[in-house]
Amino acid sequence: MKRPAPALVLIALATVSVSLGTVCERRVGQWSRRNQSDSVLKVLLGDGRRLFANHFFVMADVYFHSGYYPSVFDRRTGAEVDRRHLSGQEQEGEDGHDHEKEMSFLGRPKDWIESFGRHFMITEHTHLSGGGEREILPWLKLSAELDPQQVDTYTVAAFWLRNHLGKVQEAEQFLREGLRANPDSDQILFALGQLYYENYQDVDRARNVWELALRRWHEAESRNGKPEPFSREQITINLARLEEKAGNYQRAIAHLQEARLLSPAPAALDRQIDELRQKLRARPEAAQGK
Amino acid sequence: MNTVMALAGIVIKELYRRKDFYVVFVLTAVMTLLLGSVNFFHDDKIVRYLKDVCLLLIWVSALVIAIVTSARQLPMERESRTIFPLLAKPVTRAQVIVGKFFGCWFAVGLGLLVFYFFFAVLAGSRDHRWPLAEYIQALWLQWSMLAMVIAGVLLGSLVFAAPSSNSTISFVVVAGILLLGRHLNQVALQQPEPLKTLVYVLYFVIPHLEWYDIRDRVSFDQALVPWADCGLATLYAAVYVAFLLFAAWLVFRRKPLNQ
Repeated sequence: MKRPAPALVLIALATVSVSLGTVCERRVGQWSRRNQSDSVLKVLLGDGRRLFANHFFVMADVYFHSGYYPSVFDRRTGAEVDRRHLSGQEQEGEDGHDHEKEMSFLGRPKDWIESFGRHFMITEHTHLSGGGEREILPWLKLSAELDPQQVDTYTVAAFWLRNHLGKVQEAEQFLREGLRANPDSDQILFALGQLYYENYQDVDRARNVWELALRRWHEAESRNGKPEPFSREQITINLARLEEKAGNYQRAIAHLQEARLLSPAPAALDRQIDELRQKLRARPEAAQGK
Repeated sequence: MNTVMALAGIVIKELYRRKDFYVVFVLTAVMTLLLGSVNFFHDDKIVRYLKDVCLLLIWVSALVIAIVTSARQLPMERESRTIFPLLAKPVTRAQVIVGKFFGCWFAVGLGLLVFYFFFAVLAGSRDHRWPLAEYIQALWLQWSMLAMVIAGVLLGSLVFAAPSSNSTISFVVVAGILLLGRHLNQVALQQPEPLKTLVYVLYFVIPHLEWYDIRDRVSFDQALVPWADCGLATLYAAVYVAFLLFAAWLVFRRKPLNQ
C-alpha cells in the first residue's frame, strides 16, 4: 500500500482540527450561556461555586478586620459575626457595642502555649479606614463572579466604592452588573437610587429607581418571596426624605405611613408625619398671605 | 565541624543542580504576577490580596522543597551505596545526620532568600513601602519552622520505607499542625474523658509550627513581633530540632545499611 504524502496528512489533520473546533465551539458557547454568564469556571464548579463565593465574601470581612476574625473553632464556642457592619448598616450605639462584643472572641488564654502563640497573631479588633477599605474589593469581585445571585456582594462593594473610595462610576457599573444578574432585586435598585441621589444629586432618577425598588419589593411579597422588611422601610423612608426636599409633602407623608407599618420605632415616624402635616397646612396660608 | 559543613555543601550543590527549586519559584512568580495583573475597579493601590497569595505560595513552595529534599537524602545515599565510602572516610553517623540537616536547612534558607526578595520587590512596587524588618522577621521565623520540619523528615526517612511515604506523611502532619495546632486545646475541652486528656497531651507534645506563621501580620501591615518573643520561638525550635536529630541518630546508629 502506497503511503500518503506527508503534506496531505498535514492538510487532513488541519481540516479535522478546524471541523472539531467548529463543533466544540458551539458546545462551549452553550456552557457559557448557562446562568447568563461567560465563565467556564461556573460550569466546572457547578453549585460548589456558591460555597467558594460565600468563602470569598467572608474573606472580604476578614480583610475588613485586618485578619482579626473568629475561626470555625471560635464560632463553635459561640463567636458569630454579624456582617451588617460590612455594608455600612451598623448603627452607632447598640449595634456598634454588639459588634465589639461579638469580636471579643479570644477570651483569656487557656495555657502558656496559647498565651505565647498570641504574640504572633493579630489580636486587636480594628476596621480598615482611610482608603484601606479598597483591600476588600478583590474578594467581593471574585465572590460576585462565582455567585452573581448573591445580592449583598454588589451592595457592599458599591457602598465602599462610592462612599469611601470616590469611585462612583465603578460603583454604578458594578450595581448594574448585579441588576443584570438579579433584575428583581429591590436591594440593588435601592443602592442604585442612593447612588443617584447622594452622589449624582439626580432626584428624578433616584425617585424612579426607588419607586421601582418598592414595586419589586411588593411583587416579591405577593409572590410569597418573603422579602426583607428592613429593605422596604429603607426605601420608603428615603423616598419620603426625597419628596420632602422636593416639596411634595403629601407624597412624603404617604411614604412615611408605609414605613411606620414595619418600623421598630413608629413613634419617631409619627412625629415626622405630624411635622410634614404642619408644613402642608402652613403652605396655603403662606400662599394666601401673599 | 568541617566534615559537617562539607556534607552540607554537597546538599546545597544538589539543590541548585536539580530543577525542583526553579520549577516552584517560576510557578510562584508566574501565578503571583498573573494575579497582580488583574484589574479590580481600576484601583492600582490594592495590594494585600497579592501579598497574601504570594506569601501563601512561598510557604507551600518552601515546604515542598524542604520536605522533598530532606526525605530523599539518606535513602538516596543508601540506594546508590555512596553511604559506605562516606562512612569509611571516616565520618560518623551523627555527622551524617547533622551534615544532611544543615545542608537541607541552608539550601532551603537560600531558596527563602530568593522568594522573599521577589516578594519584597513585588510588594514594594505596588504599595511603595519597604518594611524590611517585618520581612526579615517573617523569613527568620519561617526558616526556624522549616528547621523543625527538616529534622522531623530526616527522622521519618529512617523510619518509613520509602521517600514517597515519608513525604506524604510529613505533608499531612505539617499541614495538620499548621491548620489545627492552635485550636487543639479548644477541641480537647469539648471532648469527654479520656479523649480530652489525650488531645491535650497531643497539644502540648506537638511542635507548634503555627506560631512561626506571621503571614497575616505581614499582609496586614501589623507591628513587628517583639524580638524577645522571636528569640524564644527560635530557642523552642532549636530544642525540637535537637530532640528530633538525636532521635534520628538513635535510629540510624543501629540501622543496617546494606538492606
